[in-house]
Amino acid sequence: MTAITTPVPSVDPRSKRQVARQTAKHEKDAQRRLSSRGATLIAILIAILWTIPTFGLFVTSFRPGADSNTSGWWTVFTDPSFTLNNYFEALNSGGTALSLGQSFINSLAITIPATLIPIALASLIAYAFAWIEFKFKNMLFILVFALQIVPLQMALVPLLSLFSRGLTINGVGIFPGLELRDVTHSFATVWIAHSIFALPLAIFLLHNFISEIPGDVIEAARVDGAGHGQIFFRIILPLATPAIASFAIFQFLWVWNDLLVATIFAPTSSLPITQTLNSLSGTWGNQWYLQSAGTFIAIIVPLIVFFALQRFFVRGLLAGATKG
Amino acid sequence: MTATPSVVDARRKVPSRQTAAIVAAVAVIAVVAAFIFLITQEPNPDARPVSLGVSLNGIFQWIGNLSPLVQIPIILAIFGAVVALILVLIEYAPRSGKGYFYLRLGASFLIPILAFMLLRPYQNSFILVLIIAVVLGGALFFFDYRARKGAGYLFQLVIFTAPATTLLLVGLIYPTIATLFQSFFDKTTTTFVGLENYVWVFTNPEGFWSVINTVIWVLIAPVFATVIGLAYAALVDKSRGEKFLKIVVFMPYAISFVGAGIIWKFVYDFRQGEQIGLLNAVVTAFGGEPVSWLDAQPLINTFMLLVVFVWSQTAFAMVILSSAIKAVPAEQLEAAAIDGTTPWQSFINVTVPGIRSSLIVVLTTIAIAALKVYDIVAVMTGGRANTSVLGFEMVNQQQRFQSYGHSAALAVVLFLFVLPLIIYNARQIKKQREIR
Repeated sequence: MTAITTPVPSVDPRSKRQVARQTAKHEKDAQRRLSSRGATLIAILIAILWTIPTFGLFVTSFRPGADSNTSGWWTVFTDPSFTLNNYFEALNSGGTALSLGQSFINSLAITIPATLIPIALASLIAYAFAWIEFKFKNMLFILVFALQIVPLQMALVPLLSLFSRGLTINGVGIFPGLELRDVTHSFATVWIAHSIFALPLAIFLLHNFISEIPGDVIEAARVDGAGHGQIFFRIILPLATPAIASFAIFQFLWVWNDLLVATIFAPTSSLPITQTLNSLSGTWGNQWYLQSAGTFIAIIVPLIVFFALQRFFVRGLLAGATKG
Repeated sequence: MTATPSVVDARRKVPSRQTAAIVAAVAVIAVVAAFIFLITQEPNPDARPVSLGVSLNGIFQWIGNLSPLVQIPIILAIFGAVVALILVLIEYAPRSGKGYFYLRLGASFLIPILAFMLLRPYQNSFILVLIIAVVLGGALFFFDYRARKGAGYLFQLVIFTAPATTLLLVGLIYPTIATLFQSFFDKTTTTFVGLENYVWVFTNPEGFWSVINTVIWVLIAPVFATVIGLAYAALVDKSRGEKFLKIVVFMPYAISFVGAGIIWKFVYDFRQGEQIGLLNAVVTAFGGEPVSWLDAQPLINTFMLLVVFVWSQTAFAMVILSSAIKAVPAEQLEAAAIDGTTPWQSFINVTVPGIRSSLIVVLTTIAIAALKVYDIVAVMTGGRANTSVLGFEMVNQQQRFQSYGHSAALAVVLFLFVLPLIIYNARQIKKQREIR
C-alpha cells in the first residue's frame, strides 16, 4: 500500500485539483478492492485457525477408537470410517460415580432454576431502584454495583461453611446448617450460590433497562389505579423482556459452563456435566474417542443456545453482560 | 392512587417525630441487647433445632430425594408462589382501609418470624431469635405506618428489596469479610498468625508460581485477545460473508473452558510414535522432535494454557470492537479518505482513536477474566508443572489440603489484583455510556 500524493497546486488550481481528486479516488477504489481481498484472505486464515481445534475433536468423536488412537484425525479425509458408538459409550461411562448422561440431567436441573431465580429477584429490586423514591437510593445502588468487584473466590469458603455448618457465633449455635448429605440429588446449595453470585450484575443490567422505560407509561397505570405489584407484573416485566432474555441467555450459559461453583458446592451425586467431564477426562486419559464424544455432549447445549439465539447473545454482550 | 395518602390516611394520627426517634432507639437497643444475650450465653452442644414442622432444610431434603428433572418444576413452582405472594402483598398492602391495615400488621410480624423459623434456630437461641424477629417486624410496621408518603410505602419498598438484599448480605458481603479475617488465621481458623499466610503466598513455590503466572496471564492474555479481535473485526468489516466469518470466531465464546481445555489438550497431545495431536504432528512434519507441551517448563506450558484463553476471549473482543468500529462516524472516514490517507493510516488515525473507550473496556474486562481463571488450569494441568494461578491454587489449597488460611490469603491477593482493574473498567463503561 502506497501513500497517495496530495494534489499539487498549479496554474489552474480548480480543475487540476478536481482531476487529482478524481484520480486519487479511482486509485483508492482499486486499492481498497485489492486490500479488501487481501484482508478477507487473512480473515479466512484466522477463521480456519480458530475452527480447526474444535473441528479436529469433532471429527475424532465419530472415529472408531482404534483409528483415532493410532492416527491423526486429518487422515480421515483419505481413510474415512465413522461410528456413533463413542457417544453411547461416553454417555454411559463413569464407573462408580455419576455417568455422563446422569450429570447431563443434573446440569439441566441446576441450570434452569439457577437462571430463573436470580432474574426474578433482581428484577424486583431493580424496579424498586428505578421507580420508587427512597433515601440513600443512589448510594445503595452504587453499593450493589460495587459488589461486582468481589471475585467469586472471596466468597466461596465462608458461604460453604454457612451451608454446611450453619451460623455459630462465639461458640453459641444459632442456626444449624443444611443436612443434605443423605439426600440423593440435592441441588439446593448450588442454586442458592449461583443465584447470589448472579445478583449484582443482574440488578445492574436490569436496572439500566427498567429505568429507561418511559415514566408516562407507569404514571398512566397509576392513574388507572394500579399499585406497584400490578405495574411490575403487567407493564415492566413485558417491556423488559428483551433485556431479561439477553441476561437469561448469559446466565444460562455461565451456569451450564461453570466448573468452580459446582466443584465447591455440589454434592457428589449432583455434579453437573462440566465436573463429571473433567474427572472422566482424567480416567479416560489417552482414549480420545471417549474424551471427544464426552466433550461434545457437554458443549452441545451451549452451542444450540448460541446458534439459535445469537441476536440476543450479541445484544447482551454489548449491554455489558460479562461476568464480573 | 395508592402511594399518596387518601382522605382516610390524612386523618390518621401520625406519631410525632419525637415518638419515632424513641421507638427507633428502643428497637435498636432491644435488637442489640437480644443479640448480645444470644452470643454470650453458655454454649450448649446438645441443643436441638426448633422448627414449626416446615423448614428450609426439610423442603430441600424433600426436593432432593426426587429425580432431578422433577425437581425443576417443583422448585420453580415453590419459588413462583413466593414471588406471587410478594407481588400480591406489594399490590394490596399500601391501600388504605381497615383490612389493609391488618394485612400490613400481620405481614410485618409474620414474615420475619417465619423467615427465622424456616432456618430452625437452636433451642437455646430460639427465644432470643424470636425476640429479634418481633422487634424488627414491629419496627417495620411502625415506621411504615408513619411513612411520609402514606402507610404501606416503606412496607412495599422493603418487600421489593428484601429478598435480593438478604441474599447479597448473607452470600457476598458476609463471606467476603469472613475471608478477609480468615486470611490472618491458621489452618484451623482459630489461631491468629498475622501476615504469615501472605508470606507463604509469596515464598512457597506453589503460591509464588501462582502469583507469577497470574501476572503473566493478566499482562499477556488481554493484549493478544484484543489485538487479534480488533484485527479480525476490522478485516471482516463490510466484507463479503462478514456474518459467517464472525460466527466462526465467535463460537468458542459459547464453549465452556472445560470443553475448550479438552479441545486444546487434544491439539497438544504428545506420545511416542505417530503423533495424533495437531501441534506435534506439524512439528514432526517439519522434522522437529515432538514436545510434551503441557509439561514444558519454564513458562512454555503456561503460554500453552494462555492460548486456550485467548482463543476463547478473542470472540468477546471481536464482537464489542466490531460494533464500535461500525459506530465510527462515516464522515470522519470520508474526510480522511479525501485527505488521501491509506486504509492503514485511516485505521490507525481515525478508527482506533474513535473506538478508544471500547478498546479499554475490552482490555480490562478480559484482564479481569484472566485474573479469575480457574477452569482452564484445572482441566488441562491441574496446576502441575508450575502452571497454577491464584484462582486455581485458592481452591486447591482448600480442597486438597484443607488449609483455609492459605486459601483465604490467595483469595485476598486475587481480590487486590482485581480491585483497581474493576474500578477502572467501571469508570470507562460509564464514560462510554455518556458518549453514546
